[in-house]
Amino acid sequence: MSDEKNLPAVKDDGEHHGAVEVAEPIPDPGLEPHEPRITDIDPKAADRVERQVSAMFGLATLLVLGACVAYFAIPRDSILQFGPLSGNANNMVMGLCIGLALFLIGAGAIQWAKKLMVDEEISEDRHPAHSSPEQIAEITEAFKQGTAESGFGRRKMIRNSLIGALGVLGLPAIIFLRDLGPLPGRALYNTIWAKGIRVVNDVTDRPIKPSDMIVGQLVNAAPANLAPLQEEDPTAYQNAKAKSAVIVVRIKPSEIRTKPGRENWGVDGILCYSKICTHVGCPISLYEQTTHHVLCPCHQSTFDLADGAKVVFGPAARPLPQLPLAVDSEGYLVAQSGFHEPVGPSFWERG
Amino acid sequence: MSANTEFPGPVKWIDDRLGIAKIGKKNLRKVFPDHWSFMLGEIALYSFIILILTGTFLTFWFKPSMAEVQYNGSYSLLKGLHMSEAYASTLDITFDVRGGLLVRQIHHWAAVLFIAAMMVHLLRMFFTGAFRKPRELNWLIGFGMLFLGIVEGFIGYGLPDDLLSGTGLRITNGMIQASPVVGTYMNFFIFGGEFPGDDFVSRFFIVHVLLIPGIILALVTAHLFLVVYHKHTQYAGPGRTQKNVVGYPLFPVYTAKAGGFFFVVFGITALMGALMQINPVWLYGPYNPAEVTAGSQPDWYMGWLEGSVRIFPGFESHFWGVTLSWNLLIPALIIPPAFVTLVALYPFIEGWITGDKREHHLLDRPRDVPTRTGIGVAFITFYALLWIGGGNDLIATHFGISLNNVTWFLRFAVILGPILAFMVARRWAISLQRADYERLTHGLETGVIVRSPEGKYTEKHQPISTYEAYSLTARDRVLPHEIGPETDDNGVRAPRRALHKARAALSRFYFADAVQKPTAQELEEAHEHAHDPDEIHELTEDTETYREVTSDRS
Repeated sequence: MSDEKNLPAVKDDGEHHGAVEVAEPIPDPGLEPHEPRITDIDPKAADRVERQVSAMFGLATLLVLGACVAYFAIPRDSILQFGPLSGNANNMVMGLCIGLALFLIGAGAIQWAKKLMVDEEISEDRHPAHSSPEQIAEITEAFKQGTAESGFGRRKMIRNSLIGALGVLGLPAIIFLRDLGPLPGRALYNTIWAKGIRVVNDVTDRPIKPSDMIVGQLVNAAPANLAPLQEEDPTAYQNAKAKSAVIVVRIKPSEIRTKPGRENWGVDGILCYSKICTHVGCPISLYEQTTHHVLCPCHQSTFDLADGAKVVFGPAARPLPQLPLAVDSEGYLVAQSGFHEPVGPSFWERG
Repeated sequence: MSANTEFPGPVKWIDDRLGIAKIGKKNLRKVFPDHWSFMLGEIALYSFIILILTGTFLTFWFKPSMAEVQYNGSYSLLKGLHMSEAYASTLDITFDVRGGLLVRQIHHWAAVLFIAAMMVHLLRMFFTGAFRKPRELNWLIGFGMLFLGIVEGFIGYGLPDDLLSGTGLRITNGMIQASPVVGTYMNFFIFGGEFPGDDFVSRFFIVHVLLIPGIILALVTAHLFLVVYHKHTQYAGPGRTQKNVVGYPLFPVYTAKAGGFFFVVFGITALMGALMQINPVWLYGPYNPAEVTAGSQPDWYMGWLEGSVRIFPGFESHFWGVTLSWNLLIPALIIPPAFVTLVALYPFIEGWITGDKREHHLLDRPRDVPTRTGIGVAFITFYALLWIGGGNDLIATHFGISLNNVTWFLRFAVILGPILAFMVARRWAISLQRADYERLTHGLETGVIVRSPEGKYTEKHQPISTYEAYSLTARDRVLPHEIGPETDDNGVRAPRRALHKARAALSRFYFADAVQKPTAQELEEAHEHAHDPDEIHELTEDTETYREVTSDRS
């Protein structure tokens, strides 16, 4: 090997090359001489390290036992308090004991390796990753022989029919997954809102009267037919809730810029919009009274509720769908109809 | 000294069946080089083991079901609330299983560490050129593990079915839905119908505990097998060549060091689990599709994707009865896959540009390949800016600046920042190369200023050691890819001329301004120059008054 080290620059004879070999202009001086450590020279120092390492292992043993004791001894609901910080005592003591024990085992082993084990570097030869020409010749021969014996190349009908059979195997792998879910159909276009459904507060489930709302107020609301779903079908309830959540807001009528065709969608400045962001569907919840802006906390799309909930900032592209409101015979807010467009994030077929 | 020719009893029993001496003889004393940066991959491996151990513990109590139950555990604030079994069992693990909270937190910290370690490991590979032949495939395997690790982490984050994880899934659902043509179908198949439905927890659970960990385990095996087969790379230095590997043997030194390091990593994650709260799901409450918390943040590794989606302006096209949501298509479905594909294919792209087809076992110093280093820094900058974008609301509130300004700044910065970072890093690397060149030819600046009898001031330089000089020059002398003659011997135009020209131009760009190491002749001249009586370079024994003007000497 040493005769190769000091070679001058030699151009690689490969087809394309980007560089010239190393080991020039300075010949390789070889490995630096080994510097003895204090533990190699001084037996006392070596003994000291031995004591350190065994102390770490010994302490680790105690800590592991401590963790086991803590498991039984500390009630699982007791709290440890350090000033403003607090934590579950059971978990914390067990974690501290186990964590320190593991750390000490590791630190001890590393200290042992670094200070006491022989630290002279040794060298091992590399071999190119590719096979030798003889191996290549041998395997090529064997493969050719195998192919010939099978007749795979000659008997084309077998080969082609096999390829066909294996290829078609992919089909069931896809088709059998069909029942993973229903087809979307019209599901994304509809919500449980419909004509005459009352608008209720989403916490108290109480219907809302226009007089309940003052100018500047925003109420998180839901359709009155949502709550009964919870008992009957919790999944349908969650799915319905994910689409039908709305915000009801009261704005000074003079500040509202009504879009043509929506003149009678509000009641005395009370407007109702879908709460589901048109970007990726987070429920929008941060309202700024003075600007009538509502902000989605997920990606900060901002909508102006006084101006048809149009997007004033952020990644959303469409205004929040508006729910036309009316007042029923008892004076409560109801929907004139369902939403006139799909709520929530966009999708391809939406048009 | 007579060697044993027979194993003791129990070992013999095994050897009779497995032939362990044949397998072990090569590998027991296998040499691994020593460097701190070689531990990054180890951290990733060890955190994966910790994840399997702690994850198994968690599965004993976790119920992967979205069936609705009323919570009756010991956490009084949520008592009586309706929630999914998944969330209720997560609360049970947290409050009613002793050590449950600890293990849950170790699991989450280890997951965060797993992905961080893989990413830093990838950067180490990148900047030192460790991905070059013959290790391109191992780069791809490692990249595959990083990708799967991120998916695995995100799915795991979705399992407890708390408000935060549900919000994350809602966002994912919205992104999938933006895919052209198949978006809604994919969503309905993944979630078993409309979001949230009642299927995703049980489906994600099996993917999280079996499918992805199984694939990662297989890839880890292949990754480590290739490390053993190729032998570890090493940094250039005296006695360290392309043809050898210098370091300590697997047994005993690395058994102790690497084995010990596993315990250190486990110990630290356990301490983090004991002392540092992570993902306190009991504070978020059960998932409710009509609620969200301000300041919602995903785990750190999803932040760049989140940022990409946050800062993209709201464009959408409607035509021919369909909707194309550019505001999601580009930042969520095009940019991230394009970015990661570029990272995955980088070894092949660089190999094509440089035309380098040789094996490489000596690592590059980042400064010695300025363009690659520049590209790497540009990638980091791009990633970091998107990541900052993922927290634009927190930056706005914490620093009291306008959210809109932060977003607008980032919209430009993600394009300009990487370009600027590329130029700065590249020039920086070139300057460092020049400094190395100076050090080689003129030696080390001692700081000793000498005034000659004529009144001329010079600084003394001390030659560097042969070992250091060798280390600095043990690298390739780079040459751009040559284009070859316009026509062959028979006057026929060479095929695919335009492609070759482009490649040669790229190659020239790739190597432009990089400083070659000095030739033997240049070194010779520099050293002769040093014997010039006007300039005193050798630091002699009697001038030990460093950093002083020694006007009374020489």
